[in-house]
Amino acid sequence: MTDNAPVITVHNLIKQFGRFAALRGVTAEFAGGKFYAILGDNGAGKTTLLRTLAGLNEPSSGQVEILGSRRFREICREVGYMAHPSLLYDEMSGVENLAYFAQLYGIEAPGRGAEVIAAVGLDATLTRPVGQYSQGMRQRMSLARALLNDPKILLLDEPFSNVDLRSAREMVRLLAGLKDQGKTIFVVTHQASLLEGAVDEFVWMAAGKIVGRTRELTPPEPVA
Amino acid sequence: MSGAAEGQKGAKQGVARGITRATLLKDLRLEWRSKDAINSMLFFSLLVVVVFSFSFDPSAEESRQIAGGLIWVAFLFAAVVALNQTWARELRNQVLDAYRVSPAPPNSLFMAKVLGNFIFVAVLEALMTPLFIIFYRLRAIGPAWQLLLVAAFGTWALVVNGTFFAAMSIRTRSREIMLPLLLFPISIPAILAMVQATAGILTGEYSARFWIVLLATYDLVFTTGCLLLFETVLNAE
Repeated sequence: MTDNAPVITVHNLIKQFGRFAALRGVTAEFAGGKFYAILGDNGAGKTTLLRTLAGLNEPSSGQVEILGSRRFREICREVGYMAHPSLLYDEMSGVENLAYFAQLYGIEAPGRGAEVIAAVGLDATLTRPVGQYSQGMRQRMSLARALLNDPKILLLDEPFSNVDLRSAREMVRLLAGLKDQGKTIFVVTHQASLLEGAVDEFVWMAAGKIVGRTRELTPPEPVA
Repeated sequence: MSGAAEGQKGAKQGVARGITRATLLKDLRLEWRSKDAINSMLFFSLLVVVVFSFSFDPSAEESRQIAGGLIWVAFLFAAVVALNQTWARELRNQVLDAYRVSPAPPNSLFMAKVLGNFIFVAVLEALMTPLFIIFYRLRAIGPAWQLLLVAAFGTWALVVNGTFFAAMSIRTRSREIMLPLLLFPISIPAILAMVQATAGILTGEYSARFWIVLLATYDLVFTTGCLLLFETVLNAE
């Protein structure tokens, strides 16, 4: 698969929660090795789209194909997911958390946890529990967890929320570096200005649909 | 089945066992640090023993008749406290989603939780049984070693269903209430078998063999059922 071949294809994706349709027929292709920012108002369907790509929401109808597979479990090793909550145990240290999650992925290299912790700019020797971390540190540790399995695709939901500007910029730089390594990155965020110049494409969502894709941080006509 | 396929299946089972072990150790470590479940269970059981011993003043013979029911109801209620905690840690910060996006088999998570709860409840039983014996002046007339079988099979029956139904109720708003509502009715055959077997052993009036076999069969059926259904429960929205 070349870098520019689509790594994710979504066709007429609909996701309903009871009578509420969070996604209303999303159709899109996303090329490999690109950095995408998914933008939109609250309730636009950004998080639902990301969770569906991460295999956490079963589509009500339509298809999602990731790396040529429609079964998420077949390709789950190639996907890293970071949610708005940390997905970490507050009572354990960062290293302990990553050591546990490494075992879920069958990662045997003992230094892998420390490697990704250092990659996100944290100190791997920190022994205090994650519950005592600052929000910015927790977000970075959460990113480290998503990077643990060296995924080809990164799905990041609000990675910069409650993170100070300097730390957020560092995270953007880190993500841009990961893109340069060939990873495909999706970031759902309300802080789009942080990503200007770093992302390849802004994907605009409204009312459960993709309403436009732009190279610049300029909303497409229907949204504006 | 070819040798290669058998080897692959064996490797998969090895991975699943490794993840079960890792998850169990993680849960034991978290419980050791917080002592959320064990403290609440101990306090609750202690209250039951003390309150009942003050409320009734049974003779030794009466104690043997009622102790089975008393002990198991106390352990059942106490186990619910631990079972409600089982998934609470996984819901905090939505850690369960990190497990769901990983390639780890769902049943490894389930078995780790069941084993963890089994250990917590077994510890509780080991600590509380001497108190029951002292407060109710218990002495088994039948074969006392069979009580170990009743305790093992009975505890497994409680925790396997409890862990499963606790997982079912995690997405409901009032999950603390939902768990007993789901668990108690389905546990009636197991409770009946535990109480009858314990009373049979303590009084020596009848053999507990039938009830122990019933408990073992119950465990087998419900463990299989829970393992078959757990993935669906885990991924339910």
